[in-house]
Amino acid sequence: MTAHASSYRVDAMIARDIDAYLDMHRNKSLLRFITCGSVDDGKSTLIGRLLYDSKMIFEDQLASLEADSKRVGTQGQDIDFALLVDGLAAEREQGITIDVAYRFFATEKRKFIVADTPGHEQYTRNMVTGASTADLAVILIDARKGVLTQTKRHSYLAHLIGIRHVVLAVNKMDLIGYDQATFDSIVKDYRAFAESIGIEDFTAIPISGLAGDNIAARSENTGWYAGPTLIDHLETVELDVTLDQAKPFRMAVQWVNRPHLDFRGFSGMIASGSVRPDDPIRIVPSGRTSTVSRIVSFDGDLDHAVAGQSVTLVLADEVDCSRGDVIAAADAPPQSADQFQAKIVWMDAEAMLPGRAHWLKIGTRTISATVQQPKYVVDVNTMAELSAKTLDLNDIGICEVYTDRPIAYEPYADNRDLGGFILIDKVTNATVAAGMIDFALRRSQNVHWQAIDVTRDAHATQKNQRPRLLWFTGLSGSGKSTIANLVEKKLHALGKHSFLLDGDNIRHGLNRDLGFTDADRVENIRRVGEVAKLMTDAGLIVLTAFISPFRAERAMVRDMLPDGEFIEIFVNTPLEVAERRDVKGLYKKAREGRLKNFTGIDSPYEAPRNAEITVDTVTMSPEDAANLIVARILEQ
Amino acid sequence: MSALAPTRLSHLDRLEAESIQIMREVVAETESPVMLYSVGKDSAVMLHLAKKAFYPAPPPFPLLHVDTTWKFRAMYELRDRAASDAGMELIVHQNPEAKEKGINPFDHGALHTDMWKTQGLKQALDKYGFDAAFGGARRDEEKSRAKERIFSFRSASHAWDPKNQRPELWHLYNARKAKGESIRVFPLSNWTELDIWQYIMAEGIEIVPLYFAAPRPTVERDGLILMVDDDRFRFHEGEQVVDRSIRFRTLGCYPLTGAVESEAATLSQVVQEMLLTTTSERQGRAIDHDQAASMEKKKQEGYF
Repeated sequence: MTAHASSYRVDAMIARDIDAYLDMHRNKSLLRFITCGSVDDGKSTLIGRLLYDSKMIFEDQLASLEADSKRVGTQGQDIDFALLVDGLAAEREQGITIDVAYRFFATEKRKFIVADTPGHEQYTRNMVTGASTADLAVILIDARKGVLTQTKRHSYLAHLIGIRHVVLAVNKMDLIGYDQATFDSIVKDYRAFAESIGIEDFTAIPISGLAGDNIAARSENTGWYAGPTLIDHLETVELDVTLDQAKPFRMAVQWVNRPHLDFRGFSGMIASGSVRPDDPIRIVPSGRTSTVSRIVSFDGDLDHAVAGQSVTLVLADEVDCSRGDVIAAADAPPQSADQFQAKIVWMDAEAMLPGRAHWLKIGTRTISATVQQPKYVVDVNTMAELSAKTLDLNDIGICEVYTDRPIAYEPYADNRDLGGFILIDKVTNATVAAGMIDFALRRSQNVHWQAIDVTRDAHATQKNQRPRLLWFTGLSGSGKSTIANLVEKKLHALGKHSFLLDGDNIRHGLNRDLGFTDADRVENIRRVGEVAKLMTDAGLIVLTAFISPFRAERAMVRDMLPDGEFIEIFVNTPLEVAERRDVKGLYKKAREGRLKNFTGIDSPYEAPRNAEITVDTVTMSPEDAANLIVARILEQ
Repeated sequence: MSALAPTRLSHLDRLEAESIQIMREVVAETESPVMLYSVGKDSAVMLHLAKKAFYPAPPPFPLLHVDTTWKFRAMYELRDRAASDAGMELIVHQNPEAKEKGINPFDHGALHTDMWKTQGLKQALDKYGFDAAFGGARRDEEKSRAKERIFSFRSASHAWDPKNQRPELWHLYNARKAKGESIRVFPLSNWTELDIWQYIMAEGIEIVPLYFAAPRPTVERDGLILMVDDDRFRFHEGEQVVDRSIRFRTLGCYPLTGAVESEAATLSQVVQEMLLTTTSERQGRAIDHDQAASMEKKKQEGYF
């Protein structure tokens, strides 16, 4: 065993006066940091050492550690601290750490949460994940090897994710005889690199995780080093959560607390700033204003709350505010926008498909969004900007992101909670990417969402109807337009206010710049959806007749509208029947190869799984189908 | 807003805020959440956090106790009171098959835990159709937990795939799931045992008295001190009941839970002993002794 006595092991106070000890420890602060390096740099050994020195390892664990060290360890008869932090069985057998693991230790001043992530190239995703909640990164360097490609990669990623405090831990100093010149030369090399990628400051410390030099106690072996020990530095570095208090107030609403009619509270975690009763606030994106009347808590009302606290606010006015909205300082609200430039870290084995709709979760808001083809991707080893058509697993790309409605946001550099987002695959539900907003695109950033006094409800009430979007989908020649026309005639006769958006007509005007590539088809449907949405806002019953062959795009439009307003009508006609009818002669052309990408022939049609209404045109006349649809939508 | 010196949040403030944020997120994003309540100190903290998260409303989900019928009597007593104090529905599930077969810790060893706890939990989740279940596990308890996410997904057959976990960034949790899948959510992931004790002290949370030392009837068996909690206890030949001053560091089925000899009768004395002690918390649990990766295996099979 080579463990050194260290200054922060259990102190005598515990035995002498436990109450005084506990009192002192009640007010520790919390620092989260990440360690970056490979197995070879002694990363696991360093973490094991931190846990061991701070007495997070018990006798029974130590006994099993000693046994394991002798059996599979790499340190001969000495304790292999790395075994302490290896977790899952498969990884232990491979002798590597392959995921993010979280470790805990505490000193007299702070509690620490360490995100332990691997150093292998293919695991960018894990490091970004571990770093997303960290205040500080410890970049480990093997003193014998100096600044390596992986050192640069880790530093770039730490900087990308917005970590302000970087520690360069030059490890294995014992193996180079604690040589100052080597240390200085590594620091010089690193400084040149760090400046080139925008890291303004870092703290370099000569250490040995194995021997314990400059970890908890100042080492006699490095008399030439005047800086702090690793623990000293971790104990005193400034916390992000404290700095966030100086920024304007923002809180994303997580949950509306409404136990009875006389109470309505807005619950959430404060992302930045502070709040007191009587503070004027603005709800973003609606723009409504009010003032805070109470900060309610289980322990009684609070007179003050700050960034990092989970609270429940009561407002003075009955304003519209729900999950996903941001409550912000009235005089300094965040912007809202629906088009951004963002850095995207792709985390899924399946490559990104530009233009495909994903769920985007930011703050407490989940909306539909598309990511455009990357402007470039960054090679994390050389920081070179390379052109790319898509993003593969572990790629970092600069992309434009379009959301289906405006969202409150801040640049990631200003606020991690309102600038960081994840993308979720709509089919597999996997988290496929992490993103960081750089800025909103000029075309949207200065357009504030206007609060309108005549609401969509008012429009609909005046027309004495519920707005709907009747979305007819089906093969070419299935009878969508015929039936939609009949339905509109019947609605009109009943005194309903409606409008039919016909595919061909729209392509003559609004969408005349679009062709028939996959991307253009997606954009065609998006625009139709937006127009239909405006018309439903005006209180109309809108009918559309488009083949709209893909589920993802129909789902995109469904998500634009309030629940229950999108009525998917599947005009179900078997291909052979539609082809036999061939009203426009298109199937014949497609079969002869004169018309490419024709739905049903050489391009797929994804039939709806849960259409609100299905009409079978083989057994039903268009007239009967229209009657059925009118009856169904008016009964609701 | 104020230009005062910044408010310093303690580590307990930050842990509390994080746990509350997690609970609210689950309530906002799942259809039918439930809180697993084992009556231990971690459950007590979790329940307290739930009361805080939704105040003044009661926590908008029921408590579920997957009962083995072999818990300490003091646990049943606190369980019923804690649920009614919180204004929450308490669901107690006892595996009917285990009941019928008379599965017990004396005759059936590992099968007892599997039938009552692992199978019992799956049955209860399926029976009531819960799609999210809060559990009180902490990452500091055991190595494989250190790598488990806060939102941990289970297939329709309740299996955990440690290689296929969703990345969790910032405070963003992806709670979307396919029909039949469910989520285990661990709001105490980042708490340590010391944090739990400090929080219990700071908040005055009631815990089962068995955590405090008192003279209790015991027998010593295979290196464990067992408490004779009721007349179902089966004595081995030559075993005699001895009154010892004991307490428990962890609570489970009484015939399987080892006590420690102790004089610590107050919270601060318990914490003092914990800080000065040299063995880890789980040592008293019989199920962990087989091998290092045993917990991971159990989890893949559906143990919480």
